[in-house]
Amino acid sequence: MLDVKNLHVEIEGTQILKGIDLSVKPGEVHAIMGPNGSGKSTLAQVISGRDTYDVTGGEITYLGKDMLDMEPDERAREGLFMAFQYPVEIPGVTNSYFLKTGLNEIRKHQGLEPLDAMDFLKHIKEKAKILDISTDMLNRSVNEGFSGGEKKRNEILQMAVLEPKLAIMDETDSGLDIDALRIVSDGVNRLRTKDRAIIVVTHYQRLLNYIVPDYVHILLNGKIVKSGDKNLAIELEEKGYDQIRAEYSDVKAKLEETV
Amino acid sequence: MALAIKENNQLYLSNFETFEKNLNGEAGSWCHDVRRDALRKFDELGFPTTRNEEWKYTNVASIAKENFKHIIQPDFDLVSTNDILRYDYNGLAVHLLVFIDGHFSGKHSSVRDLPDGVKIGSLAEALRADAAAVKQHLTKYARYDDDAFTALNTAFINDGAYIYLSDNALIEKPIHLLFLASGKSEPFVSYPRNLFIAGKHSKATIIETYTGIKNNRYFTNAVTEVFVDENAHIEHHKVQEESSEAYHVSTIQTYQMANSNFVSNAIDFGGLIVRNNPRATLDAEGVESTLNGLYLGTGSQLIDNHTTIDHAKPHCNSHELYKGVLDGSARGVFNGKIFVRLDAQKTDAKQTNQALLLSDGASIDTKPQLEIFADDVKCTHGATIGQLDEEALFYLQTRGIQRDMARDILTYAFASDVIDRIKIKELRDYCHQRVLVKLQQDRLEGIDKE
Ligand SMILES: Nc1ncnc2c1ncn2[C@@H]1O[C@H](COP(=O)(O)OP(=O)(O)O)[C@@H](O)[C@H]1O
Ligand SMILES: [Mg+2]
Repeated sequence: MLDVKNLHVEIEGTQILKGIDLSVKPGEVHAIMGPNGSGKSTLAQVISGRDTYDVTGGEITYLGKDMLDMEPDERAREGLFMAFQYPVEIPGVTNSYFLKTGLNEIRKHQGLEPLDAMDFLKHIKEKAKILDISTDMLNRSVNEGFSGGEKKRNEILQMAVLEPKLAIMDETDSGLDIDALRIVSDGVNRLRTKDRAIIVVTHYQRLLNYIVPDYVHILLNGKIVKSGDKNLAIELEEKGYDQIRAEYSDVKAKLEETV
Repeated sequence: MALAIKENNQLYLSNFETFEKNLNGEAGSWCHDVRRDALRKFDELGFPTTRNEEWKYTNVASIAKENFKHIIQPDFDLVSTNDILRYDYNGLAVHLLVFIDGHFSGKHSSVRDLPDGVKIGSLAEALRADAAAVKQHLTKYARYDDDAFTALNTAFINDGAYIYLSDNALIEKPIHLLFLASGKSEPFVSYPRNLFIAGKHSKATIIETYTGIKNNRYFTNAVTEVFVDENAHIEHHKVQEESSEAYHVSTIQTYQMANSNFVSNAIDFGGLIVRNNPRATLDAEGVESTLNGLYLGTGSQLIDNHTTIDHAKPHCNSHELYKGVLDGSARGVFNGKIFVRLDAQKTDAKQTNQALLLSDGASIDTKPQLEIFADDVKCTHGATIGQLDEEALFYLQTRGIQRDMARDILTYAFASDVIDRIKIKELRDYCHQRVLVKLQQDRLEGIDKE
């Protein structure tokens, strides 16, 4: 479904991603773990099409298409979704209008009839109920004045409404208390299907107690240094990033020689 | 460069002579003395150049140099029922006064079943029929000693809207004043002069619309005076949709008495060069005064708003929110003057000006101008100029929304902030729709250019 090959990314001349390889198939849940500044958000944003990053090498294919050629909205219409680490506040645009517009653009692309206001409301209420999320925020401006937890829940609600094929969740767990974390991860678990792939980006192992991944990748300094199953997350939790960093400093040194 | 352009003064002086001859015996009145005085003043001032601080960013040389014809005898048949119906604001029930090239057209207007104590009609008629009230207020508020355009309008006072609300008069239905420019190909000028008198505890909603039926060149030079007596409440809306070749200069001078409330929402869509001077004088305690504006400039439009709020007495509040959206090579000017006189303690004045520049060619000059002589006051002002938020655009795009649409959504949200303050739903919907149409128009024009 998603194939990232030898991806190199720079921002303002600084190299951030230094050759990422990642292959995701339908139904899989991948966790990408890494300390602050390792490049997790960069990877998520580049896959989503943010153009402030320069892709200087490598490729991304999605459903057999060269993704780097696609606008962010095209990617979304093809079933990609990213839950933002820092969801953007958009004053004056109501959440429901925003979501309805997005959903209908995606539906049009899929050859489906756009939903009218009534049907949309029904659709969104259904999703909110499954996720145990209140619909109060629908009539408010997108993320404006939302608490950290509300913003994250709003991302999950959007994901549920837009029904993506591939969802990337960028630190959806950060800043959540244990109850909010449970709501968010229960939501994600309900959205797990055999056709839908999910990439969970996180700093902490904590979230992976709730969303159990099929694969875990450790991202250090712009490079995936180790991949494994869910046990890798536990190993990481025990050792901490420092020890992992030390273990891989050799790798890093070698890498830098070759660059 | 000189401070003034006077090369066309002779044209206006001779226009005045013709105008005077057509006044049929009214030439001896008090009003005519004021006209003559204003003409003298105009002759002395001439049209301002950009050396004049008040006109620094707005070059009116093209107005000063054009040979505008002054229309004394309008041809009402140049305007069809459909031209009027375009401005029925989604079927909003109103009392309608229609003015064509500055002259009241009874056959296009409809004013029915007025409540007690309310008079709505033409100023030309009121100058005869309601002479005492008119004399008490007309030309008493809009100063022309330092303003060539107001002087010119005053020199040519003849017709416009007259609204009189006696004490305690309440009128539910909005009053719609529709100023239409006919499609004459020869450039012409009109001088609408409006007078609204709101008695104590009276209440009304007034909509002014300025528009043209063709894309022809003409000049609207309008002055509106509003007297708001104690505890009166006036909601005022102005929709400016002049033709894309037209010049529009307008002054609305409000004079407010104790505990009165005046709210104005002015929306500028049209015109080639537009200059608005909304001015409010708060001359008693407990006054609330609100001046809001939204301007959308595209192509080579220039839209200049010079607001003035004069806090003359204590315990008054004023609120200003001006928002501009500028695309193409459009220019905007915002100058917000707030005077707080020595006597005006406990003044609370708030001014916000925000401009959104959608293209590299668009620009805005903005300046708050606070002159505060009292010490116990609260005055805040903020100005922001910016582009669309890239983060927000990206966010919308990641939800499947195309970039163009995302731009429209964000621009629309920015503009809606002012439109949403219009309490009349039908008019609000019209303005929302109009913003969308204008945004789309721009994009089509943009595509044409590529
Ligand atoms: N806009 C930017 N300009 C310069 N450097 C940036 C920018 N965004 C991110 N970086 C840098 O890129 C690196 C990776 O950042 P990021 O992808 O946000 O990491 P993570 O999400 O893993 O915390 C960091 O060193 C960060 O400082
Ligand atoms: Mg991050």
